[in-house]
Amino acid sequence: MTQLLWNGLFVGSFYALIALGYSMVYGIIKLLNFAHGDLYMLGAFIGYAMLSSVGVIPASMSITALLIVLLLTMIISGGIGVGIERLAYRPLRGSPRLAVLITAVGASFTLEYGVSAIAGPNPRVFPVRLQGETFDILGARVSAPQIVLMVIAVLLMLSLNSYIQRTSMGRAMRAIALDPKGSLLMGINVNKVITWTFFIGSALAGAAGVMAGAYYGKIDFLMGFIIGLKAFTAAVIGGIGNIKGAMLGGLLLGLLEAFGSQWLGGEWRDVFTFAVLIAFLTLKPTGLLGERVTERV
Amino acid sequence: MAMLEFENVEVFYGKIQALRGITVRVEEGEIVSLLGNNGAGKTTTLSAASAIVKSHAGRISFAGQEITKAKPWEVVAAGLIHVPEGRRIFSTLSVMENLQLGGYLVKDRGAVQKRIADVLELLPLLAERRNQQGGTLSGGEQQMLAIGRALIAGPKMLMLDEPSMGLAPLIVAQVMQVIKEVNANGTTVLLVEQNARAALKITSRGYVIESGVTTLTGTGSELLADSRIVEAYLGA
Repeated sequence: MTQLLWNGLFVGSFYALIALGYSMVYGIIKLLNFAHGDLYMLGAFIGYAMLSSVGVIPASMSITALLIVLLLTMIISGGIGVGIERLAYRPLRGSPRLAVLITAVGASFTLEYGVSAIAGPNPRVFPVRLQGETFDILGARVSAPQIVLMVIAVLLMLSLNSYIQRTSMGRAMRAIALDPKGSLLMGINVNKVITWTFFIGSALAGAAGVMAGAYYGKIDFLMGFIIGLKAFTAAVIGGIGNIKGAMLGGLLLGLLEAFGSQWLGGEWRDVFTFAVLIAFLTLKPTGLLGERVTERV
Repeated sequence: MAMLEFENVEVFYGKIQALRGITVRVEEGEIVSLLGNNGAGKTTTLSAASAIVKSHAGRISFAGQEITKAKPWEVVAAGLIHVPEGRRIFSTLSVMENLQLGGYLVKDRGAVQKRIADVLELLPLLAERRNQQGGTLSGGEQQMLAIGRALIAGPKMLMLDEPSMGLAPLIVAQVMQVIKEVNANGTTVLLVEQNARAALKITSRGYVIESGVTTLTGTGSELLADSRIVEAYLGA
């Protein structure tokens, strides 16, 4: 039981990290950025490229090396996210949503098969593999790397949340989500804020990619596809566009999966996940924390 | 020198021409009103100045600086603030956050704090509701918040679009009183109104806009006495 809880929360924190980017971008420009999952894949490959160019890393240094690579990968994948927005989405600002949505699917394929063309279609073994002792906490087997990764994920989420709640830029993001035109009249350079949003969202996805690579040890060019859809599910569960909702949705989806595969068998896991997505879309499309705007005129 | 000046400004929405050569001049310290029917081009005139619509011809200058091709945030930075029609309060943000957004471009945090304190003093009902979501305020309170929010930017000039829209007569009088006070504190005002009677009471001069051109101009009392105005806008 505690084992299931822990496994669920662990996987869920990955989902949450990716769902955050989905939700932030959707909140601000109402775009479902289907290329978002591929930034996770790209993050894993960027981390892979950096680590393998360094050569052999002694096991004692692996956590430090990983943290440095994590940081650099966040910057690079953030930059790539910004580039995608510039090239693919900005020219279509104001076009029908369907056009942008199809472009997002195109961007996703471009990233997937671009990486496949460069790095080859076969899975790669991640050069650093996080290994460590396992502890017994309340009957659950918990490994040291799991704790490290979980702590990183939680720190990233908490800092993002306070950034959005407390800073002037965060306020501008929330304002644009509500009313882009009104935000212009406040003197907010909307394009700049959107760029920054893509940067943060993509950086978080890239971070999740490196962490997943180091944890699972194997990466391939399609690894972002399913997890992208799951992050989308998590964002919908929490209420898409809502930052706290994305975190909650991610953790909840992780738990649902852990318990679902326990009851139904592991091969039903994805079926279960997407059944949850469909259930939410039909029964509660605003998600758990989706804001109902109270307005009097 | 004029604070804000439109010279033969033309604006198109697609193929439809909304402004066909607007010429309006606002001197420093004045309250000037723009009157006209629905669709005459009043809102478009303000939007051209705040650069949220593009001017296709003509020239707009503010405080001696041409702003015809400026970006919206550059216009705000220059000190010209547009309080839009329908208030556009950020509904799920608190009253306080709405005010803080008004000072988005102000680098000096201390100045923003000070101006927020001043605005809360000028509009005490906002002080009581500072932690409430903006969208839960009544129409009159939202209008006050919209004006207060604009003041946080430390504007040289405010452009107010239909501040009386949908408000009860008593509230309209309060809003007009606030506008007068803001003006008395040294902020120039350009006021767009359908409620010509309320507007002309506090205005130094007015312009009438019809189908995208300025057709009449005069002082507030001249316009109030003009038979054409009385007929068209005051319902005699």
